[in-house]
Amino acid sequence: MSIAETMIPPQAPPPAPPRPYTLSRFIGSVTLGIWLALAVGIFLTVVNGWDPEKFSRYGPSFLSGLGVTLTLVISSIIMGAILSLPVALGRMSKNKIWSWLSYAYVYFFRGTPLITQLFLVYYGLGSFRPQLEAVGLWWFFRDAWNCALFTFTLNTAAYQAEILRGAIQSVPRGQHEGAAALGLPQRVAFFKIILPQAMIVALRPYGNEIILMIKGSAIVAIVTVLDLMGETRRAFSRTFDYQMYLWAAVLYLLMVELLRNIWAWFEARLTRHLKR
Amino acid sequence: MSGLFAALFSVFGWIGSIIDPLCGPVGVFRWFGSGTLLACGDVGWGDEIAYGFLVTASLAIATLPVGLVVGFFIALAKQSNEKSLRLTANIYTTIFRGLPELLTLFIVYYGMQILVQQFLATLGYEGPVEINAFVAGMIALGVVFSAYCSEVLLSAFKAIPHGQYEAGDALGFHRGKTMRLIILPQLVRIALPGLGNLWMALLKDTALVSVVGLPDILRQTGVAARVTKHAFEFFGIACILFLILAMVSSIVFSALERWTKRAEMSR
Repeated sequence: MSIAETMIPPQAPPPAPPRPYTLSRFIGSVTLGIWLALAVGIFLTVVNGWDPEKFSRYGPSFLSGLGVTLTLVISSIIMGAILSLPVALGRMSKNKIWSWLSYAYVYFFRGTPLITQLFLVYYGLGSFRPQLEAVGLWWFFRDAWNCALFTFTLNTAAYQAEILRGAIQSVPRGQHEGAAALGLPQRVAFFKIILPQAMIVALRPYGNEIILMIKGSAIVAIVTVLDLMGETRRAFSRTFDYQMYLWAAVLYLLMVELLRNIWAWFEARLTRHLKR
Repeated sequence: MSGLFAALFSVFGWIGSIIDPLCGPVGVFRWFGSGTLLACGDVGWGDEIAYGFLVTASLAIATLPVGLVVGFFIALAKQSNEKSLRLTANIYTTIFRGLPELLTLFIVYYGMQILVQQFLATLGYEGPVEINAFVAGMIALGVVFSAYCSEVLLSAFKAIPHGQYEAGDALGFHRGKTMRLIILPQLVRIALPGLGNLWMALLKDTALVSVVGLPDILRQTGVAARVTKHAFEFFGIACILFLILAMVSSIVFSALERWTKRAEMSR
């Protein structure tokens, strides 16, 4: 114990000055109060309007709708990823025809609403029934689910091609030259050197694209596919119970937030060698 | 007063009919569509589709300022020192970026209907209530747009160095004046590409409002397709009209970007 401490006994730190009550604090409290009131209100309507019969009737259909949504999104994302590779390569190719064709494809699918594309395929191709029957493809385009899968695959392929192209072009030129200097064949250089680095850049946009697809998939309800949104609409049209939409909202939010967190973890894990 | 407004509206309507790119005197459908399904007037669907085009464009244009202003204040709230304000802004963006736009639209549309009905019931009115699809669409799309917009603006705010605020303080500016004269011009420059992307998304999302009965491009072409049984042609026209809107806005946005960067150009 030093002399200074015996002469000046230890004291409690001075109290923190009181925070001033500002306007932003007031607004923050009020809006938080609104959120809280909304949450309590929703909770109360759910508790008051709780109907075990309704739950046992529509609960399983909600779950099957969730399954339909997830199947649709996952399969269209995977098929779109496969289709996006030639499109991205075409976009980067020096051949005028290929690059122009893939540019037109990407521009069309990114420039028009998904719902219009879906209508074009589902209702529009229906008017070519004799031709489609002659080719033997009518069984495919007759079903709304197939049409939705087809449209979503084409749509997400356009978006994913742009993501892939941006990522591949973001890899510095020196990497190509380094691979060439090592005498690696072009194919090996692309798959072992360029693509792995591009995928790290593309990871975040890919996550966003999956989230966009989950949200975009709600529109298939309009062409009579019973996904989560479709089941919600059906249940609402039978019961006129507003809670149905709230349940769907909770399920969609859960899906998106879960995916967002998983993706953040995934990204942190894959880029751990880049951390300083 | 009402006479003045009526006169103004008729003048605007007349100007609109003159420069109408689809069914005006120099419109595409007027010149090339006569005698086909796309003729203007009672014989074809040209004027209906032209009206839908107008509705789509005006919905997007009406939503933009609402979403921008709300998004700006939410971005301000997100970087406030006040914890509760940050929390409440983050709840807002999490919810409205996570929900499908279609579901948001339904929640707003039917929720408004129920609220208005209950409110009128307390006043003693027990009749059917019809919600304007344009207003419901504007609210739903504006809410979604503002949630995304706040993220874009927040990252633009973060790109502005702190010294800029301090310079404003050193000049003795009020906080609002610093914002208006120093921060906002730089903010617009940084945020414009992101806002351009959001505008494109907004333009495409307007097609969803046709589901609750707004007579926009998709609804009008859908009606025409059902009546005439020429679905592919009409939905193809809808796609082309949306492509035209996208092209026009990309031209406008690149001009805007050039305009905001005019000070940097000569360097």
